[in-house]
Amino acid sequence: MSTKNDDYEAVVKTGNQGTVAAFAPARKGALAQIQHMLHLQPALVPLFVLAMSIVTFGLLLGTKFFSPFALTLILQQVQIVGIVAAAQSLVILTAGIDLSVGAIAVLSSVIMGQFTFRYGLPVEIAVLCGLAFGTAIGALNGWLVAVMKLPPFIVTLGMWQIVLAANFLYSRNETIRAQDIESEASLLQFLGTTFKVGADESGGGGATFTYGVIVMVLIFLILAYMLRHTAWGRHIYAVGDDPDAAQLSGVNVRATIISVYALTGFICAIAGWALIGRIGSVSPTSGQLLNIESITAVVIGGISLFGGRGSILGTFFGALIVGVFTLGLRLAGADAQWTFLLIGVLIIAAVAVDQWIRKVSG
Amino acid sequence: MEPILQGRGLVKRYGRVTALDHCDFDLYPGEILAVIGDNGAGKSSLIKAMSGAIIPDEGEVLLEGRKVQFTSPTDARREGIETVYQTLAMSPALSIADNMFMGRELRKPGIMGKVFRQLDRSRMEKLAREKLSELGLMTIQNINQAVETLSGGQRQGVAVARAAAFGSKVIILDEPTAALGVKESRKVLELILDVRSRGIPIILISHNMPHVFEVADRIHIHRLGKRLCVIKPGDYTMSDAVAFMTGAREPDA
Repeated sequence: MSTKNDDYEAVVKTGNQGTVAAFAPARKGALAQIQHMLHLQPALVPLFVLAMSIVTFGLLLGTKFFSPFALTLILQQVQIVGIVAAAQSLVILTAGIDLSVGAIAVLSSVIMGQFTFRYGLPVEIAVLCGLAFGTAIGALNGWLVAVMKLPPFIVTLGMWQIVLAANFLYSRNETIRAQDIESEASLLQFLGTTFKVGADESGGGGATFTYGVIVMVLIFLILAYMLRHTAWGRHIYAVGDDPDAAQLSGVNVRATIISVYALTGFICAIAGWALIGRIGSVSPTSGQLLNIESITAVVIGGISLFGGRGSILGTFFGALIVGVFTLGLRLAGADAQWTFLLIGVLIIAAVAVDQWIRKVSG
Repeated sequence: MEPILQGRGLVKRYGRVTALDHCDFDLYPGEILAVIGDNGAGKSSLIKAMSGAIIPDEGEVLLEGRKVQFTSPTDARREGIETVYQTLAMSPALSIADNMFMGRELRKPGIMGKVFRQLDRSRMEKLAREKLSELGLMTIQNINQAVETLSGGQRQGVAVARAAAFGSKVIILDEPTAALGVKESRKVLELILDVRSRGIPIILISHNMPHVFEVADRIHIHRLGKRLCVIKPGDYTMSDAVAFMTGAREPDA
């Protein structure tokens, strides 16, 4: 059998000689190092854009923009979108998308209001019911995605319509007036409570915060901790990166996805509560743009729509960037369409940067 | 010597196809057993039955002489059987340390770990670094660099190191050199020998005859759903092995 054709076996007999593959990293240029740094800290780009836009508007508009009052006004204006975007970030990190976030927030706020005023439940119970409903809808989304294996886009597109329609049917399209809430169930407006830091004696100026703003910041900080420092957070990244690999490594992919959508529903319900505080009344027609605005904040914040990459702090900066542009351009007297135009440019630029970061030299 | 991992009379049917036909299997302590066979011979079904990825219809798997029933790869892992899949099963965007401890993270002691579920990063990084340097992979400088920044061979190295770190009894390697160049394959083969020198037996599935003949102590030749024969690489040539595999030649008794 053995002929000269079997020469390749000679390698086996003589063994390996000479050097074998060296595992040393290649030298990197400056651009590659920036790329590497962004890889590790993806929130740096939106942070830089945020800082630049604050400086630019500060120089253009002076103290009209660069005052504690105006800067904290931005926080108040982005609080609802910010909270929803925090939830959206979780879903997008698992390579999903949640189009029903806005509808869940609105239905939760309607439930909180109607349970109090229609059924006469104690307002604390009504708020808990609203939070529970939001969580349940989110969990249902998660079950459809993780167990029934339906695409997240389709599941949440359907759920968006279902929840929104349920919202109008259940509320009978009625708004609960702000005065009624204030006199009978002020807890519903709790997150709209304002307090000032450093105002002058007449109460004007100074940094103005609401509890909703505090809640938004807390949600971002807690989620940032969970994503970075708990196994659950690392599993979210792993699932978003490659669900099959995560499963083989011993991650419970199903439970991870369901928990993410359920938590998203819960956070959206908090946003619904904050929404009552922000507009004062319970209105079934509010919050219609929350899903698109939240996705915008996530994308500008540098989280990859393909999942598994990005930092939730980036979303926070992304939401603030939108807020800075909106207020800055309004104060500058520009047409509101300029805001949308610039946001559009930012979205495309953010995705381009994301693609560049992914393109690692391997 | 008693085999550490045994399969007895394993049968697995998919509809009318019989992938495993009363197949036996033996892995002895401290050896590298290569499993070769033509495509469709049923070697991956055999390996999956051993690693818990499929449940055989008949027959039994014995680990250290004790009957075990795996219903998932996690079961097998709990028993100390680690598998390095051909796809490597790693999350490219996560760090080396994150990947090595994926699914079995270590938490900090005390209240930070119990209540706040905080990961013990420094301990995981230390252990990951130890494992990599044990296997001579410490030229990977930064344990926090993303896996996707590594070369194919380095990734394979990390995957093998992960298996070696947790596989206390058996390590299964599925086509570890299939996607690698000549130099990187060499490095990985050395790594395999290194793992064996630590006393952990290895099942090596490979199509690459020179690699099989270089590192294997015994070669399990799989044909038509069962073990055709087990040969020692010194006694036969690669052409003989291919002839057995394809049915061109019958093994001597």
